[in-house]
Amino acid sequence: MEALALAVGLSNIAAAIALLNGILTTLGQGKVAAHAVDAIARQPEAKGSITTTMLIGCGLAETSGVYGIVIAALLLFANPFLDRLFDLAPTLVSMLPL
Amino acid sequence: MDFNIRVFTGIRITDGLEFLITETTVNTWIVMGLILLFAIIVRIRIARVDPLARPKGLQNFIEMCVDGWEKFYASNTNPIVMYLAPWFFTLILFLLVSNAIGIVGLRPPTADWGMTFPLALSTFLLIQFAGVRHRPKSYLKSIFLEPVFLFAPLNVIGELARPISLSFRLFGNIFGGMVLLTLLYSLPWFVTLLLPIPLHMYFDLAAGLLQAVIFTMLSLTFVSLAAAE
Repeated sequence: MEALALAVGLSNIAAAIALLNGILTTLGQGKVAAHAVDAIARQPEAKGSITTTMLIGCGLAETSGVYGIVIAALLLFANPFLDRLFDLAPTLVSMLPL
Repeated sequence: MDFNIRVFTGIRITDGLEFLITETTVNTWIVMGLILLFAIIVRIRIARVDPLARPKGLQNFIEMCVDGWEKFYASNTNPIVMYLAPWFFTLILFLLVSNAIGIVGLRPPTADWGMTFPLALSTFLLIQFAGVRHRPKSYLKSIFLEPVFLFAPLNVIGELARPISLSFRLFGNIFGGMVLLTLLYSLPWFVTLLLPIPLHMYFDLAAGLLQAVIFTMLSLTFVSLAAAE
């Protein structure tokens, strides 16, 4: 049971660390938006196409943050390490208060 | 608290193989039903309209949507893939409704990787189809012989990574919003009085719209790039 507690606790800490990449993702998105504002200020007539491109750029910059969220969700709700730790993983994991 | 997808029932096909009717399946049916109902209403209304008169009301709105979409599509893609515009309109309509359905308390179908990955896979197949149909020689050359043939495995892996990154982007965004809202509803009652309204606006409507647009936009850009350089 101790091993299970250790595995679950470490998984939760790992999920928190995986979510830390949101810091840099947010910085990157802020940079995209700032440059879009610059471009619109320089060329207001191109606002429409700049906005579309900015949204696509934001979506692309978001990818790494989304990978973090997916890894965190995997560690919390479908942890592969717990499966390896116990042969009876499905029954044990279903008893966890997740 | 449970973020897992509820399984309502399973239909046994053979031993060890089961077709599960999950929350995602049922909510997809609901989304399909809503879109179908709207389409049938529009069809009936438009059949009664005099084609020479000035359009008004619902017909005007629909014409504006379709026209706007075709203009947007034409400005972002190569004209030789114009015949794919209806497919991408269907895709964006489905994604819009399924992302926004969280606002009535249902689980969005796109908060399930089993939903977004097939959609991204269809984009992947469409990319290969467009490439092979419109410029077979130069497309296959761009995968297997560029810059030299030694890079073929890298190119193939890069090609296979596309549906995965596309599907994870949509899934992660919608799933993250759903988890956040579910966590919010487990807070004490005075927090859940007013705070969910702006958060629902953002996570269901704004982020849903943005992700639907990004998914469709990236798909059509990839397809257009594969069809012609």
